[in-house]
Amino acid sequence: MEDVIVSVVQRTMVAGTPLLLGTVGEVICERSGILNLGVEGVMSVGAVVAFIVTYSTGDPWLAMVAAIGAGMIISILHAFASVTLQANQVVSGLALTMIGLGLSGMLGKQYVGKPLAVKMDDIAIPWLSDIPFIGTVFFKQTPYFYMAVFLALGAWFFLERTRLGIKVRSTGENPRATETQGVNVARIRYACVIIGGGFSAMAGAHLSTSYSKSWIEGMTAGRGWIVIALTIFALWNPGRAIWGAFIFGGIFVLQYLLQPLGISPNFLAMLPYGSTLLILLVMSFKDPRRLNAPAQLGEPYKRGER
Amino acid sequence: MITIKVSDRQRITTLRSILTNIASLFAALIAVGVVFLVCGVNPFYAIAQIFSGSFGSIYGFKETVTKAIPLILIGGGLTLAFRAKFWNIGAEGQLLMGALMGTWVGLAWGDSLPSFFLVPAMFAAGFAGGAMCGLIPAILKIKFSINEVISTLMLNYICAEFITMLIVGPWKGKTRFGFPGTDNLPDTALLNVIPGSRIHYATLILAIVSVVILAVIVYRTRFGYEVRVIGENPEAGRYAGIDFFRTSLVIMAISGGLAGFAGVGEVAGIHQYLGYPASVSSGYGFTAIIVAWLAKLNPLLSIISAIFFAGILVGGDAIQISLGLPAATVQIVNGILLVFLIMGDYFLRNQVRLVFGNAVQRKSA
Repeated sequence: MEDVIVSVVQRTMVAGTPLLLGTVGEVICERSGILNLGVEGVMSVGAVVAFIVTYSTGDPWLAMVAAIGAGMIISILHAFASVTLQANQVVSGLALTMIGLGLSGMLGKQYVGKPLAVKMDDIAIPWLSDIPFIGTVFFKQTPYFYMAVFLALGAWFFLERTRLGIKVRSTGENPRATETQGVNVARIRYACVIIGGGFSAMAGAHLSTSYSKSWIEGMTAGRGWIVIALTIFALWNPGRAIWGAFIFGGIFVLQYLLQPLGISPNFLAMLPYGSTLLILLVMSFKDPRRLNAPAQLGEPYKRGER
Repeated sequence: MITIKVSDRQRITTLRSILTNIASLFAALIAVGVVFLVCGVNPFYAIAQIFSGSFGSIYGFKETVTKAIPLILIGGGLTLAFRAKFWNIGAEGQLLMGALMGTWVGLAWGDSLPSFFLVPAMFAAGFAGGAMCGLIPAILKIKFSINEVISTLMLNYICAEFITMLIVGPWKGKTRFGFPGTDNLPDTALLNVIPGSRIHYATLILAIVSVVILAVIVYRTRFGYEVRVIGENPEAGRYAGIDFFRTSLVIMAISGGLAGFAGVGEVAGIHQYLGYPASVSSGYGFTAIIVAWLAKLNPLLSIISAIFFAGILVGGDAIQISLGLPAATVQIVNGILLVFLIMGDYFLRNQVRLVFGNAVQRKSA
């Protein structure tokens, strides 16, 4: 029984990792005032690029770097449309998702069904991994897990405790006032969208080279959208994102746990999506002022206009 | 020294708006060509294939019209929702629920009712199914301020899994020999097609009548005016006493219901049974988003833009076969078209000029 619990908690951490990476990226992006609905597409591009690079070089670390680079490059599209052209961010984000899903399907077509020879190896942290239960669950994990938690904490520190972080937040709250303080709003927003894209792509890389060792079209399975809901659940705070992501990781694992009980697998597959609606429903009972949403989220900012 | 000077355009004429759209489409085709080039495909050949595959032959054009039917219905419905800035991304799920309800009525009463009563009943049930699926996000948005993009998308996944659950489980047909899918609909439930094509004309007529009615609603009624106010200036709408809840419910019932019509059309006109969600709809709900956008949220223009995008879907199938490109290619083409359409809007709203000579101060970036 203990083994079962250990394995369930461990798998929860692994399943929550891409959600955490994606959510942290989206939090950074939305804090600067830009809503990015392209996460699903960028994640998919990250997954396929990481897979292809690992497949041809055998180096999952190089693959991760390549995936992040690809995610950042493709996110420039959304930054350009929403910052420079002041376009509708919902539509631009959807376009990014379409392009990302299409591009990944196109690039990955010849790799469908080919398993990887290598994948990102788990790393056991000396000393800590020897602790019973906790050691196995938290310290014998895929490097992506450590990186995700570390980056989440780092992002929290960055946003809440550094000067640049304050600039990012005030850009999302009141870009006009921020600009009068000599901050280049456009530059900050570009940077945040692009960094957010890097995070999403990294989440995708985890899916194809660590969580599983294969590429199939649509393998992101709506995680990019769940991430956008988790950003709300996290109250735009990367620290809270950790809880949200691993709760949802647990829901993903629950599917496999309940399957032997004879419940329809299709019904169980609805769980993450239904839970997303449920969690947003619960959040809606909170006082909107305490929800912390960036005041100018999704609003295009035009310089020199009143 | 060359500088870019941007200033607001004071007047936007319809002609300029249409020309801008056409220019955006051309620019997008060039970008698509570049993508083809990178993938090692001759772009001129590929793009020529897309359009000759869809508009170049009688057979291709018939297929284009067939695929335009759901796009007109859904795209038309989305023009209404998008006008109110209600981002309904859930047409795919609404279509599926329509298909589900239509199939249910068709299978349950197929043997006892004549076509004359049965087919309208199926469409009514399909409308109800799609509308129900559309009302949920409307209630969630107005009463619980839940972002409709997320809720409609989540419902897409839930509806797809729900249908799969039914067709591998309780609804699995006895005539399918263990394969997933319902039994075939009885003949009374099937829609007639124009001979030699797959055009189920009943749905086509329904689609055109629907968007005409929609256009009247949007441009000629108080409700249509309220929809526009909600989208363009919600504050003013609140002061004017517009009931946001009621208006959103009606918008989403119509938008979802029309997608439901499309679902019935696909099942009763083409597939003749309810199978896997991915085969019932080949992403019509998503393509219709661009249809509505290209139509500048004008319900009548959505007929033209639906035919255009149906052409791309059909042409996309053609190049899959002739050039061995994956199905995802069409998605890239669609995404790029959408990006260029939004970019075109910028040039419509702003006058962008290159100024030669000494730099005049840049007005905005």
